[in-house]
Amino acid sequence: MSAVAVEATGVGRTFPGRSGTSVTALEGVDLTVAAGEFVSLIGPSGCGKSTLLRLVADLDRPTSGTLTVFGRSPEQARLAHDYGIAFQQAGLLPWRTVRANIELPLSMHGVGRTARRRRASDLLALVGLTDFAEHFPDQLSGGMQQRVAIARALAEEPSLLLMDEPFGALDEMTRERLQTELVRICAETRAAVVFVTHSIPEAVFLSDRVVVMSARPGRIRDVVDVSLGRGTDRDDDLRQDAAYFDAVTRVRAALHDEAGHAVRARGAEVR
Amino acid sequence: MTGRAPTGVAVLHRAAPVVLGLVLLVAWQLAVVVGDVPAFLLPSPTAIVGELVDLWPTISSASLSSGRNALVGLLVGAVVGIGAAVLAATVRVVDALLGPLVAGLAVVPIVALAPVLYTMYGAASEVGRQLVVAITVVVPVFVTTLRGLRQVRPVHRDLMRALGATRRQATAAVTVPTAMPFVFTGLRLASSLAVISAIVAEYFGGPRSGIGSFITTAAAGSNYARAWAFVLGGVVVGLVFYGATLALERWGSRGGQP
Repeated sequence: MSAVAVEATGVGRTFPGRSGTSVTALEGVDLTVAAGEFVSLIGPSGCGKSTLLRLVADLDRPTSGTLTVFGRSPEQARLAHDYGIAFQQAGLLPWRTVRANIELPLSMHGVGRTARRRRASDLLALVGLTDFAEHFPDQLSGGMQQRVAIARALAEEPSLLLMDEPFGALDEMTRERLQTELVRICAETRAAVVFVTHSIPEAVFLSDRVVVMSARPGRIRDVVDVSLGRGTDRDDDLRQDAAYFDAVTRVRAALHDEAGHAVRARGAEVR
Repeated sequence: MTGRAPTGVAVLHRAAPVVLGLVLLVAWQLAVVVGDVPAFLLPSPTAIVGELVDLWPTISSASLSSGRNALVGLLVGAVVGIGAAVLAATVRVVDALLGPLVAGLAVVPIVALAPVLYTMYGAASEVGRQLVVAITVVVPVFVTTLRGLRQVRPVHRDLMRALGATRRQATAAVTVPTAMPFVFTGLRLASSLAVISAIVAEYFGGPRSGIGSFITTAAAGSNYARAWAFVLGGVVVGLVFYGATLALERWGSRGGQP
């Protein structure tokens, strides 16, 4: 296996708009995600961070540049089940139990019943939902549903995990708890993660590197090295740590550089 | 329901419609007797029940006959409607072709086709009636099924693609379960239509076997209480169909879970 999980060179995506105009969602993106690395994409709405994730997942195709996932095309990687994915909406199948939802990728790819059950039981323990295996999704809270979705994404032990604002719809307390759990899970699975978010503390707490993006057209503005240590080094104490606050400040500065421009421009209009 | 033993309020809720029905029946009876209403205007409930008891073998066999036609037509129409909807959802061209056809079918006074069909299949055949029912059923089943097949949520579509699911896998895992509640609702709507059109089709001729045939005969012979007794038989058939498809819908909307 290649030591590089995701390699993007000059990747762009333009959407055809109405009456001949086109919208550039993403332009000239160069990004390398190493195997086992946790990278967050952060930026204002419309900066193309979700678009970039969808390109990596081969849910959409770039209109320019090249993109490889473990040295193959995104399509090959998708068909080889190289990655697991979690969306902002948990996207569970409401007519299946929690266990059956987690088993879905396995049963689709021909894994036998006993192996499936064993794997699902492990994953249920990993996300702390063993007691809810036979429940249906609508009997669970939003945070629990999201944990099921993460377990489903991990079902095939992918070496890459793609997450599109998976905690975006959750309250702050549930969010922090799930972040701590995600750090632990990533330490156990050693998967590379591309994590889309618009929360600065979340990006800093979770990531090795934070990719700061700007909008219209979506570009990478800056990459902030967080390096707060891996796995068990990161616990809730980290949220009080000076290095953590320092990283938060650096990400905020990178983001607000652009926002500052916007504010100034607006201020000028008012006067 | 809070407790196992029904509370007084719960009993009252259950009993209220029954009581109302009884009060209305008594009022009806009183109005006919006291007001001396002629039978051709409104027969009394006791007269109707009397006819119902006297003619029970005929009414029950007529109900079965109409019910059988409705059932055959419902099944044929449901199979055709669901099949066409699946085709339309899969092949865009078929959708473009079937759309106007179904719209046209929806406005044809289908029951009025009955005399034409009787001539085609012979006066002793029930096929014409079953066809009338089938054509009536096709439209609501097609429309609701097609709608259901298009309800797949974008996040589920993304998930299926991310999992590299084949078309068949995605259909079985997501499209069909999403569509099921819509299909069952279509069947419930169609079941009432099926019974109504089976009975009304009999007004236009054909073999003298079902509820509709006997209603026309009784009414033509000025035997109004008897006509009403047959109407009552038709109501029972309709309720059975509605109840059965409603149960099916409840079962289906729980995703087949008991």
